[in-house]
Order: sequence, then C-alpha cells, then structure tokens
Amino acid sequence: MTDTTQKAAAEVIPAAPVPAPASRGTRAWRGVTPWLFLIAPLALLVVFTYAPIVNMVAYSFTDWDGVSPELHYTGAENYREVFTRPDLFEVFWVSGYYLAASAVQTVLALYFATVLSFNVRFRNFFKGVLFFPYLINGVAIGFVFLYFFQDGGTLDSVLSLLGVKTDHAWLGTPVSANTSLAGVSVWRYLGLNFVLFLGAIQSIPGELYEAAELDGANRWHQFRYIIAPGIKPVLTLAVILSISGSLSVFEIPYIMTGGATGTETFVIQTVNLAFRFNKTGLASAAAIVLLLIILLVTWVQRRLVPDDKVDLV
Amino acid sequence: MNRRTVLAVVVGAALLVPGCTGTGGSSKGADAAAPTDPSKVTGTIKVLTVRTDLVQDGTLKKYAAEFNKTYPKVKVEFEGLTNYEAEVKIRMNTENYGDVLLIPAVIKKSDYPKFFASLGTEAERSKKYRFTDFTTVDGKVYGQSPVGVSPGFVYNKRVWKEAGVTEWPTTPAEFLADLKAIKAKTDAIPYYTNFAAGWTLTSWTYVDGSVTCDPQATDKLAEGDPWAEGADLRVGDTLLYDTVKSGLIEKDPTTSNWEESKPRTAKGEIATQWLGTWAIVQFQDAAKKAGVNPDDIGFMPFPAQVDGKFCAVIGPDYNQAVNVHSPHKAAARAWIDWFTDKSGYDKDNLAISPLKDAPLPDVLKPYEDAGVKFIELDDSKGAQVKTIDNQSETGIYAPEYRQNLVDLARGARKGSLDDFLGDLSKRWTDAQKTAGS
Repeated sequence: MTDTTQKAAAEVIPAAPVPAPASRGTRAWRGVTPWLFLIAPLALLVVFTYAPIVNMVAYSFTDWDGVSPELHYTGAENYREVFTRPDLFEVFWVSGYYLAASAVQTVLALYFATVLSFNVRFRNFFKGVLFFPYLINGVAIGFVFLYFFQDGGTLDSVLSLLGVKTDHAWLGTPVSANTSLAGVSVWRYLGLNFVLFLGAIQSIPGELYEAAELDGANRWHQFRYIIAPGIKPVLTLAVILSISGSLSVFEIPYIMTGGATGTETFVIQTVNLAFRFNKTGLASAAAIVLLLIILLVTWVQRRLVPDDKVDLV
Repeated sequence: MNRRTVLAVVVGAALLVPGCTGTGGSSKGADAAAPTDPSKVTGTIKVLTVRTDLVQDGTLKKYAAEFNKTYPKVKVEFEGLTNYEAEVKIRMNTENYGDVLLIPAVIKKSDYPKFFASLGTEAERSKKYRFTDFTTVDGKVYGQSPVGVSPGFVYNKRVWKEAGVTEWPTTPAEFLADLKAIKAKTDAIPYYTNFAAGWTLTSWTYVDGSVTCDPQATDKLAEGDPWAEGADLRVGDTLLYDTVKSGLIEKDPTTSNWEESKPRTAKGEIATQWLGTWAIVQFQDAAKKAGVNPDDIGFMPFPAQVDGKFCAVIGPDYNQAVNVHSPHKAAARAWIDWFTDKSGYDKDNLAISPLKDAPLPDVLKPYEDAGVKFIELDDSKGAQVKTIDNQSETGIYAPEYRQNLVDLARGARKGSLDDFLGDLSKRWTDAQKTAGS
C-alpha cells in the first residue's frame, strides 16, 4: 500500500513545478473548469429552487386545484382576491410575537457570543449547548415541546420543583400559545445567531483588545467601541433573517398546534388554502405576495441602514 | 453578448422548460372488467393504503397470500402512506400512483373517469354492494369501499354505569345531564375532545343525517343552510359547544393526545368520545394491551330520536379504485373484488360489510336490540357539497372549524355561538350562489 503511494507521488512531483506555457486549448479549458465544478450545485439550485418558483408564478395565474389535469388561465384574478380579502392579512399580527421574540433572541445571542468570545471556563461546552438546538430537526422539536407544554408536562414539573405551582394551560389562549411558540422558536434559532456573531467577533484581531486594555478600556467599552462596530454587517444580516423569518414562521406552530387557538401564520394559511381547500392558484399568489413583502421589507431596511464598509483600524 | 447575458439566457431557458409541463394529457377513461378465469390473470400490482400499521405487522401480506390461492399468478405489493391525501395528490399528477388506490377526497367527482377505471354500471353493482352512488359518475361506478362505517360515541360502559346511567340519552340535554353525572360521581373525564389531533374533531360533521334521520341530508347541505335552527350540523355543533362550555372536557385540550386517549378510555379515565365504528377495534386492542376488559368499550348513537327511534348513518370508508393507467387492470380488479367480498377484512375490523345481504357485525348488536334505524345517505349531491366547502373555505371535513368552536366555548376566542354559526352559514350560502348548478 505504502509502496504504490510513494511511487505515484514520485511520478507526479517532477511534473508539477513545470509552468507549462498556456496554449489556446488550456486557456479555454481553464475557463471551463470552474463551470464544471459548478454544474452540480447549479443544477440542484435550478431544479429545486428556481424551477418550482417559476412553476408557482405560473400557477398563480390559474385556477388549478393541485391535481386536476385541467387548469384555466384566470389572469390576475388570484392577486385581486388576495388583496381584497383583509382576513388573509390578519394573520400577520401573529408574526408580531415572533418579531418580538427575535429581538430578544438577537440580544441574547449577542450577549452569549460576547461573553464566550473571552476566555471563560467550559467555553466550548457552552458553545455546544447553545448551538445544539439548531441541529435538531424542526419537526422533532415540535413534538418534544408538545410534551414540554402538556398539562403536568416537563415545564409544569420543573416549575413545581422550584415550588411554583401553576395550573396554566400553556397553549390554551392565543396570547399564551403564541408566546410559548415564540419561546420555542427562540430556543431553536438562538444557536444560529450566536454562531454568526461569535464568528464575526473572533475575526476581530486580538491586538485591538490588548491595545484597548492598555488604554484602560473595560469590557463594556470593548464591546461598545470594538465588537459592536466590528460585527455590524453580520448584525444587519441577523436582523434581516429574523424579520423574514418571523413573517414566514411555519414548522413549529404547524406541528404543535396546527394553527389552532389563534396561532395561524401566513404560511400555514397558505398551505391550508393549497392542500385543504384545493385553491392551489390562490395559494401560489399568496406565496408570491409573501415573497414580495419580504423583499420589500429587506429593501426598506437596507435603505434605512446602509451597509457601509467597516474599518476598525 | 457578454458572459452574463449568455448565462441569463441559459438559465432562463432552463426555467421555462418545467413551466410548460403543468398539465398532462387526459385519457378517455377505461373499464377494469372482472376477469373470468382466475388462473389466467397475471401481473404485479401495487396497492396503496393508509393502513401503515397493517403493512408493518404483515397482516396485509397474509391477505395477499390468501388472495394468491385463487389468483396464483398475481403478485400483490403494498405501499403504506402515512400522509395519504397529500402524497397521493402529488403522485396523481403523474401516471404512477399504484394499480389499486384509495380515492382521495381532493379529486373532483367529475374527474374520476380521468384517473380511475370503471368497475361497472351502477344499475348492476348497486344490487350487490352498498355505497355505489358515492363514486358514480354518469351511471358508472369507479370505486368500492371494503368496509362501511357509522359515526357514534365510543364510551366506557363501566364508567357510565358507575355514574348511574343505564339508558342511552335520547336528547342533547339528557346527554349533557349524563356527562354532568359522570363528572360528579366518577373520576373520569366525561368527554375527551382530542382537540390537538384535529382530524378526530372532524367526526362531528358525520352527525349529518343522524339528527333528522333523513337520507337526503347531503342534498340539504348542498341546497340549504347547514346551520339553520334545527339543522343536523347546528344540533351537533351546539352539543359540542355546550359540552365544552359546561367544563365537561379534558383540562387542557390543546395538548390532548389521541394515542393515549385509547388506553385511557379503556381504563375508564375518559368516559366518552364522538368517533365512529371504525374506532371500536382500536379501543378494544388498547384495552387488551392495557390489561383491562375490552367489553367495557361501548358504542352509542347520537342523542336524538325521530318517532322514538335512534338513527345511525352508514357510510363508506375510503373507496378502492383501479388506476386508469394501470397495465394490469384485470389483476387490480380481481384484488378489489376479492378484498371486498372474500377477504374478511370487514370482519377483522368489526366493521359493517359493504355487501347488502351481509348481517351487521356483533359490535352493533346493542343497536339492533335498541331498534336503531340504519340509513344510508344519498350522495348524488356530494360533489357539490365539496365544491361549496372549498369555495367557502369552511372546511366541514377539516379540523379548524371545530377547533375554533371549542376555543370559542372555552373562552379562548371571542364571540358568541350564534355569531360563529351565523358567519359559517353566511359564507356557505354565499358560496352556494357562485358554486351553484
């Protein structure tokens, strides 16, 4: 085994350092090489992302029911219906809970990322603890937390251990249910935000902190004047992600409550339109509208907070 | 053209290709005739089913082995789908959706000939089988349910007896009084909503017909207002509302658990649930597993009487049909006929036989003793009801409507019952106008 490897290596090595003068053929070949590498990911992207979107746009102009071989072109009728039915947009109030939760989540993630970027005991362990929930499948999380919030379930048991006796139905009222679900969502996505922030913080050169300490800056000053400006682009990204995320919440409420008790989100409503009432055309239009809303919000946000170059030194 | 333009054109062209493939060709419809000589039928057929449990424990294989004694050259394969409706719906956009499948609710009745092969004319099949009009289009039948089901309350006899109730309640008010007695005299939860599972609540729609004992109840849904005073659905919904409002249900419905509810009912922790005959066998199994007496599981009709008699509606379960694109239609037809007539599937599930001349199963013996009247609903307007339902987004076969009703009754949603039902009937009757004919 070692013999053959060595032989192969011996044969290759002398050939490598010779800088072959690039002929016409090689140059063309070089131009093609990156595209050859890109074929697989591009094909996947086109087949599984762009092609379905194009199909969806096409369906949004029809009255297709999702299965019938016949469909009729109805023009902008579906869009007219989406925009003339205020009840379809009422569900966006639910997104407010998730938006508030994502603010909490960003602050928490920033706090933990800052703390754990300094030398703390059991640092890697805590990093693992915080990031772990993000690795779990969303459906599994839904089921786990269904038991967690059950009457006499994990949450109630833990609280009673602490001497708090509650008889609260956690998913019982719209406010309580949405808060609970938003809490689950914080638990789940905190890790992602945390890792983004931690990466950004660790890319700040260490000398800066040393210099700052020599100048007598405390931890708060270090955060305020070094970390915060240093991670601004990532912070903007996190905010965009959490806004678009809270507008399109789906998995956790769909698995846990199915949208009952006032926890229906826009995406759940769209799925119901498509698969329960067989209005695939209308649902496609609603999905496109959601896409446009998210693009619009992102655009407004980018205009308000321009992404300027960061220069710490 | 620079590189970017080339790329854009290529990607754009690639995107347009799938955009054009929205519709498949529609076929003309075909017949799946019953084979005359069993030994000559050949082919491998795939049977789609919702009974994943029977696929896993090998029960279906046993049926197939039995089937092969008559049809030795047919190989039967099973595919269990957990999320049947959604998965089959997507597969039916192609031609590969098994050889035998269950007709999903989403398919419009008028589209049946495009997807399924006919099993024969209604005039001929209705002599032998029940439920033929549920799948009849232009005089031809496209499916056959292997079992019949009837909605009703699954209840724990022991608990009801402990509460001092020995007679089935005959009015909703009596039913509520009985549940209150159970709450006062026993530790059991009088009524379990199974709110979280959702689909269990949809059983309440099958109240339709039981209250007025009218075989034309489906016509009334299509043409009248289902939530008018005294209409079947209103009576059913009001009973559910009052039950919840009087605090006769589980403490936290939002985290209720269907699988757990079976052994709990068997053990007497839960007294009553509105389900159907299909559930009896599952609850008895749960009782056996929990080591309690399966005979404690009882079944009673909706608390309403017409001329002093209870009324039970018998309807089909999923209808089996032959894929119109199947290359082995004779074998597929043979399977449906055998499974319906000879497999004993109905008896194994304590269900009502789809054959008109077959006797009622033993579990419905108390019904016979009590003189319960059995009716079958006329389904000629069934397709229209489905259209109105989708159009109005009421979802009478979907969980949300009853979940909202339960939320309303327990105060998690604002409003009154009258407004809630009034809104439903307004949406329903508005949709009737546009979806009419």
